[in-house]
Amino acid sequence: MIYDIVIGLEVHAQLLTKSKMFCSCSTDYVNAPPNTHVCPVCLAMPGVLPAINKKAVEYTVMTALALNCTILEYTKFDRKSYFYPDLMKGYQISQYDAPIGKGGWLTIDSNGVEKKINITRVHLEEDVAKLWHRGNHSLIDVNRSGVPLMETVSEPEISSPEEARDYLIKLRNILRYLGVSTGNMEEGSFRCDANISIRPSGSKEFLPKVEVKNMNSLRGVYQAMAYESKRQREVLDEGGKLVQETRGWIAEEGITVSQRAKEYANDYRYFPEPDLPPLVLDRARIEEIRAKLPELPEARRERFMTQYSLPVYDGNILTNSKALADYFENCLKLMDRSKAKVLSNWMLGDFSRLLNATNTEVENAKISPEQLAEMLGLVDNNTISGPAAKEVLEEMFHSGKRASDIVVERKLSQISDATEIKEVVKQVIADNAKAVADYNKGKQQALTFLTGQVMKATRGRANTALVREILIQELGGK
Amino acid sequence: MKLSYEQVKHIAWLARLGLSEAEVERFSLQLSDILENFEILKEVNTTDVPPATQTVPLQNVFREDNVAKSYPQNEVLANAANKEENCFKVQAILE
Repeated sequence: MIYDIVIGLEVHAQLLTKSKMFCSCSTDYVNAPPNTHVCPVCLAMPGVLPAINKKAVEYTVMTALALNCTILEYTKFDRKSYFYPDLMKGYQISQYDAPIGKGGWLTIDSNGVEKKINITRVHLEEDVAKLWHRGNHSLIDVNRSGVPLMETVSEPEISSPEEARDYLIKLRNILRYLGVSTGNMEEGSFRCDANISIRPSGSKEFLPKVEVKNMNSLRGVYQAMAYESKRQREVLDEGGKLVQETRGWIAEEGITVSQRAKEYANDYRYFPEPDLPPLVLDRARIEEIRAKLPELPEARRERFMTQYSLPVYDGNILTNSKALADYFENCLKLMDRSKAKVLSNWMLGDFSRLLNATNTEVENAKISPEQLAEMLGLVDNNTISGPAAKEVLEEMFHSGKRASDIVVERKLSQISDATEIKEVVKQVIADNAKAVADYNKGKQQALTFLTGQVMKATRGRANTALVREILIQELGGK
Repeated sequence: MKLSYEQVKHIAWLARLGLSEAEVERFSLQLSDILENFEILKEVNTTDVPPATQTVPLQNVFREDNVAKSYPQNEVLANAANKEENCFKVQAILE
């Protein structure tokens, strides 16, 4: 039987505010000793009063607007009660029936076709404390408790592991463009839970869904979705029954395992937070925020295509990462704008290959935009040949040295001296009688081969155009 | 309407209260009384009364995003029944 996959994603993103959601403790807890960013409010001492961080609300409004949501006139916070020691108060302040944003969408690229994924809601809540499990006891660090956490819930309209990954990349990218979150999954500031079910292809029924947790990388989400859809398919194909449950992703083993079903897990007994008056968001202020939204990925892509005449493929890849797009523009500032496509080729080609091979983010690369621009300048003024430039880039990438220094050190400057090239050409002709004979019989590939031999003999330094010219001349001008 | 034995047990479980059989019986009567009083309240005509979730006429109470000094670690942990590695220590949590 062929099945369709149905995935809905819940993403939690920590907001980049300086202080916590309901108190003035610093959110900069990552390298802090345990329990040093804590006060009576986030520690839930009796009688304390929470106060709403204005910036966190504005960041959530920005995000909801960027995701095409409606901003509710009236919004409020609610208590969500459950028992787990990561909650100091015994409940989490969240939003239940009046989230800040409702009913939006974003688009992803699905096999070259633009697909709209609807967003159910964007709401604001507080992060919880960090637990360290130590066998027969657990330790609690309250530093993270109360950090503003924005939750974005998608409709179950994601149809494959690829789409799930692309949705997350797109959402993360929007948050980064807005500057509201680092979107860093490995550090836990951008977290994802997935609801996944399958159903016979074309049918509209809903089979029991599984909630998958603990996926802490994009690759993890992709692999967990692929694993889980396959597992569910196998259960059905073997005549088994699926059960609604929560499963944890075990990255090391590449599997999901059933977590003991939390009985009555949905009995959170939400009720309006009595300590926080409701919010009636001023329409004029919302329009002001909308007008000040920074350029978003799609607009930037369009601009790259019109302003720099880049093809849609280049525009997509460059703007799909804010860091890559920033790098591109910082580099191009130092170059002639007509070289945009050349720069894009280098960035999406050799540079990206080096980044991927070493698992380096572009913002951490040793090559600065200034250095890349300098290197491309050396190619442009014929100081180095294309093949030599590849060697220079690799060395720059690993050592962080300047291109001009590498060219001197490695004696890579291009040979454009006809006399020097002619000597090498003569030698290559003498050594490759067969290719010369082929060429004389009219085989054009032989010329390419002989050119390659000359480039090899000069370690890629010879000016290719000049080599071809001299070869043709020496071979009798055919 | 009387709350069932199971309903009272469920509510007690949600609040992590261990109740004896006698207590379940007693509270099911008391809780049922409370619900019955709400049934009486429901008879009041509220057609023109907007729903309220707050008793104070306030809205939009914000604080600016400024950092203030947190409490010293030793004070934060001063009242902890158990602590270890500068953290609160609790019994193992079973998922």
